[in-house]
Amino acid sequence: LPARERNGMRFNCLFPAFSSPGKSKEAEIKRINKELANIRSKFKGDKALDGYSKKKYVCKLLFIFLLGHDIDFGHMEAVNLLSSNKYTEKQIGYLFISVLVNSNSELIRLINNAIKNDLASRNPTFMCLALHCIANVGSREMGEAFAADIPRILVAGDSMDSVKQSAALCLLRLYKASPDLVPMGEWTARVVHLLNDQHMGVVTAAVSLITCLCKKNPDDFKTCISLAVSRLSRIVSSASTDLQDYTYYFVPAPWLSVKLLRLLQCYPPPEDAAVKGRLVECLETVLNKAQEPPKSKKVQHSNAKNAILFETISLIIHYDSEPNLLVRACNQLGQFLQHRETNLRYLALESMCTLASSEFSHEAVKTHIDTVINALKTERDVSVRQRAADLLYAMCDRSNAKQIVSEMLRYLETADYAIREEIVLKVAILAEKYAVDYSWYVDTILNLIRIAGDYVSEEVWYRVLQIVTNRDDVQGYAAKTVFEALQAPACHENMVKVGGYILGEFGNLIAGDPRSSPPVQFSLLHSKFHLCSVATRALLLSTYIKFINLFPETKATIQGVLRAGSQLRNADVELQQRAVEYLTLSSVASTDVLATVLEEMPPFPERESSILAKLKRKKGPGAGSALDDGRRDPSSNDINGGVEPTPSTVVSPRGWAIGAWGPPGATPSHLLLRTPSELGCREPPGGRLLRRPSYQGGNGDSSPPPPPRFVCKNNGVLFENQLLQIGVKSEFRQNLGRMYLFYGNKTSVQFQNFSPTVVHPGDLQTHILPLAVQTKRVAAQVDGGAQVQQVLNIECLRDFLTPPLLSVRFRYGGAPQSLTLKLPVTINKFFQPTEMAAQDFFQRWKQLSLPQQEAQKIFKANHPMDAEVTKAKLLGFGSALLDNVDPNPENFVGAGIIQTKALQVGCLLRLEPNAQAQMYRLTLRTSKEPVSRHLCELLAQQF
Amino acid sequence: MQFMLLFSRQGKLRLQKWYVPLSDKEKKKITRELVQTVLARKPKMCSFLEWRDLKIVYKRYASLYFCCAIEDQDNELITLEIIHRYVELLDKYFGSVCELDIIFNFEKAYFILDEFLLGGEVQETSKKNVLKAIEQADLLQEVKKVIFKNKSFVT
Repeated sequence: LPARERNGMRFNCLFPAFSSPGKSKEAEIKRINKELANIRSKFKGDKALDGYSKKKYVCKLLFIFLLGHDIDFGHMEAVNLLSSNKYTEKQIGYLFISVLVNSNSELIRLINNAIKNDLASRNPTFMCLALHCIANVGSREMGEAFAADIPRILVAGDSMDSVKQSAALCLLRLYKASPDLVPMGEWTARVVHLLNDQHMGVVTAAVSLITCLCKKNPDDFKTCISLAVSRLSRIVSSASTDLQDYTYYFVPAPWLSVKLLRLLQCYPPPEDAAVKGRLVECLETVLNKAQEPPKSKKVQHSNAKNAILFETISLIIHYDSEPNLLVRACNQLGQFLQHRETNLRYLALESMCTLASSEFSHEAVKTHIDTVINALKTERDVSVRQRAADLLYAMCDRSNAKQIVSEMLRYLETADYAIREEIVLKVAILAEKYAVDYSWYVDTILNLIRIAGDYVSEEVWYRVLQIVTNRDDVQGYAAKTVFEALQAPACHENMVKVGGYILGEFGNLIAGDPRSSPPVQFSLLHSKFHLCSVATRALLLSTYIKFINLFPETKATIQGVLRAGSQLRNADVELQQRAVEYLTLSSVASTDVLATVLEEMPPFPERESSILAKLKRKKGPGAGSALDDGRRDPSSNDINGGVEPTPSTVVSPRGWAIGAWGPPGATPSHLLLRTPSELGCREPPGGRLLRRPSYQGGNGDSSPPPPPRFVCKNNGVLFENQLLQIGVKSEFRQNLGRMYLFYGNKTSVQFQNFSPTVVHPGDLQTHILPLAVQTKRVAAQVDGGAQVQQVLNIECLRDFLTPPLLSVRFRYGGAPQSLTLKLPVTINKFFQPTEMAAQDFFQRWKQLSLPQQEAQKIFKANHPMDAEVTKAKLLGFGSALLDNVDPNPENFVGAGIIQTKALQVGCLLRLEPNAQAQMYRLTLRTSKEPVSRHLCELLAQQF
Repeated sequence: MQFMLLFSRQGKLRLQKWYVPLSDKEKKKITRELVQTVLARKPKMCSFLEWRDLKIVYKRYASLYFCCAIEDQDNELITLEIIHRYVELLDKYFGSVCELDIIFNFEKAYFILDEFLLGGEVQETSKKNVLKAIEQADLLQEVKKVIFKNKSFVT
C-alpha cells in the first residue's frame, strides 16, 4: 500500500502542471477540467469505488477547490467517507464537508447522523474529528442537532482531555452562532471548575468558552473570578521552565495568561479583598517583569511577554480605579513610544489613547506630547502615524489645544490621502471644543479649507456657519477673515461657499472700510462665480439678493447680473429659477418686505455637533472614549454647549428664510443642517425663495409611533435595540392608569446618567394638558445586565389624540444615547364597556346621527379574518361586545364609555367583515367628533 | 479570530480558514482586498493594521504571508505568536517546511491547524500535544510523508 499511496496520493504526480510554474493559466484550466471530467465519470461509473479511491478523488476535488475553482459535486461521496471506519478516509470526508459547506437538507441529515455516531463511539480520535467538524461548520442546523449534547460531553468525568478541549471550543462556536440553542444549566458550574484542571490545554479552551458565555450571563459565572485570579497568580509567579511545554520562549503560558486577563475584563474589580489583593500583586509582578532584562533576544520572547503586559494594562484601564497602577502603565507605555520595534510603538500609541480618557492618567499621558508629535512627523508607516494622530486627539484639552491643533494642521499638509478627512474632522472638533476665543476657531477652520479643501465635508463648513450665526462677537471678525481669504488668486470652492454665506449675512459689518466696501465685496465674490459648480453658484445668487437688502447701492449692479442672459436662460433650472425669482423680488417688493424676507438668519438650536456624529460614524460604534466628547475632563466646560444632544424639534418661525439659502439638490446639501423634518415640513427643501413656507407636521416627528399592537394589549416589549430593552405592563380603570416600565440593560457595561422622562406635548392650540402623568425617578446607573423599573401614574383629564412621549437618555461607554418613544397610552385605554339591549343600542345610534359624530372606514384586511381573533381584539380595545343586536350575525357591535375627568364620551361601534372581498367596514359614532375619527383610525389598523 | 489566510508573494491563496459564516462571494472579496493591502506594505512596516472594523495581524515567512483577522478586543502580539507557533508546528511536522509542503499536503496543514486552533480560539498551545495528536493519526494511516527538502522558511 505505501508504494501505491506515494504514487497515487501525491498531486505533483497527478497534476504536474502545478509543480512546474512556467505553465500558462489556460493550460492549468484545461488540465483541471480534464481531471474533473475524469473524477465525475469515476463517481458515476457502474463499478462501486472502494474507500481508498473515493478518498483519493474527494481529496483531489478539495485540492482543485482550494486552487480557486468551483466544485459542485462530490458531496455525497464525502458523506460516504464519514461512515468509513478507516481514520484517514473519515478525516478527508470531514475536511471536505467543513470546507465545502452545503445546505442541501438531505445531505445535512446524513452528515448529522455520521457525526452523531462518531460522538457516541467513545473513540476519542473519532469524537474529536466530529467535534472539529461541528466547530468548523458552526451552522444553525448543527446547533439544533448537537448544542444540547456537547455540554454533557464537556463535563463528563470520563471524557479525555483532548475531547474536552474540542468540546469547549465547539460549544463556543455554536453559542456565537446561535446563543438561543445552548441551554444554560447545571453544567455551567462545572465548566467554571475546569479553570482548576490539571491539564493546561483544557484550561486554555475553557477560559475562551467562559469569557464568551459570561458576557450574557455574568452572574452564572461569577465564581470564575477567584479561580481565574489564582490560576493567573500561579502562572505569573512560576519560573520560566516550570510549565514545560506550556512555556513559550521562556514565558510561562502566554496564551492562557492573556485569556485569563481578558476574562477578568468582563467583570468589575473583585469584591473580595483577598482576591483583589492577589490580583493587584499579579498585575504588579507583570509590570515589574517588564523592567527585567530579557531572557532571550528572540522576538518571540519579547512578543509573548509584552502581549501579557498589554493585556495587563488593558485590565488596569478597565478597572480605572488604581491611580498608582494607571500611572505605572502610562510610564511603561511611554518607554515603548520610543522602542525600536514598530509594532510596540504602534501598540503603545493605541493603548495610551484609552489611558488618556482616565482622569487618573490623563495628566501622565500629556507629558508624552512631544514624543507623540514627533511620531506624527517621523514615523514611516502611515498606520502608526494614524495612531499618533488619534492619541493627540485623545490627550487634547484646553491646556494644549492650540499646540495640538497647529501640529495636526501642519501634518495635514503632508498626510496620507486616506486619512485626511478624519484629521480634518478631528481638527474641526478640537478647535470648536477648546476654543477660548472664536477668532482662533474661525482661523482654524479657514486654514483647514485652505490646506485640505477637498476633504472638508459639508458637516465641517456647515458647523462654522452655525457657530458664526449663533455668536455675534465673532461675526465681524469672520467677515473680515473670509474677505481676506477670498482675495487669494486660487481659493477652494468650499471657501467661496463659506465666504458667500458669511458676507451675505454679515458683510455689512466690514462695509465701513473702503477696502471692503459693498461693491468691492460683490465684485470679489462675483469674480469666483464663473469657476464654481452649480450648487455654489446657487448659493452665491442668494448672497446677491441678500446684498440688495444689506446694501441698496449694489442693487443696480446685481439686477444687471441677474438679468444677464447667462442667468435668466441658464440651462440649469435651479439657477434659472433663482435668477428669475430674485430679480422679480428685488423689483416688486418694498424695502420693508425685502428686509423681512431677507432678514439675518435666526440662531440655530444647539445640538450635538454633526461633525462629532460623522466621526463616530466613520469609526463605528464603541470607538472608544477618545472620540467621546464628554470625557471625564473637568476642564472641558464647553463654551458652545453644543455637545449635549437636545431634542431638535424647535420650529423656527422664520425658518423659511433658510429656503433662500439652500443650494439645490439632495437633502443634505440643504444649508445649515436643517433637515425638512426638523423644520416641520415634509416637502423636500426646494431651496427656492418664492415658496410658501410649510408648517405641516408641527413637531419634528422623529419618534416612531407606538406599535399598533399595544392598542388592544397592555403588556409587551415596547422597544429593543442592541443596548436596551424597554418592557411595559399597564392597567387602566376608569380614567386612571398605572404603567410599569422595565428598562433592561442588554450590555455588560453600566449605563450612566440614566434618565427616562415623560412629556406630553399637549394640545398645540389650547395648551391644555389632557393627561396628568406622574413619574417616579429611577436610579441614574443601570448595571450591565440589570433591569430597573419605573412606575407611571396616569390620569386622563380630557380626550386626547397624541400619546405622551417617553424620552430616555443615558451614557453608554461614555457616548450619549437618547431616544424618544411614544408611550402606549391611547384614548381607548380609558374605555368602560357598556352592556345594552338591542333596542337601547339602536336608539342611541340614532341619537348620534350628526354627520360629524360618525366616522367610517372601509379597508382591506391585513390579517386572516378570524371571528374569534376579532372578538378578542375588540374586547382588548375596551368596548363591550353586544350579541343579537346586528341582524347579520357575522357583524360585530360594541358599546362603551370613555372616561375622562372632564367628561364622558359615549361610543358605539359596528364592524362589518366581508370575507369574500377580504374587506372590513368600520363605523364609529361618539358624542365627540375628534374621538370618533381617532378611535376609528386606531381600531382600523388592528385588522 | 475571524479568519486566517495564507498566501504567497504572488498573491496565490494557499490556505484559508474562516471562523465566521460568510458567503463564498464575500470570502473571495475579502481575500482579494486583503492580499492586495498586505502585499503593498513595505517590509519594515508594523505588523498590524486596521481593516474595516477588524484588526489584521500578518507576518511573512519566506515566500508565504500568514494573515489573521481579529476583533477589536483581541491581543495583537499574542496573535503574532499564534502565527509563529503554527509555523513551528508545520516546521516540526514536515521538518523544515516550505510552501510546496503546504500546497501538496494541504490536508495536513488543515489538520494541524484544527488541533491548534478551533472555532477561532487557541485549543492547545503545547507543541508536543498537537503533534502527538497528528502523529497518532499518521500511525493509523501508516503512511510516510513526502516532504520537500532544503526549502525551509523558518529562519
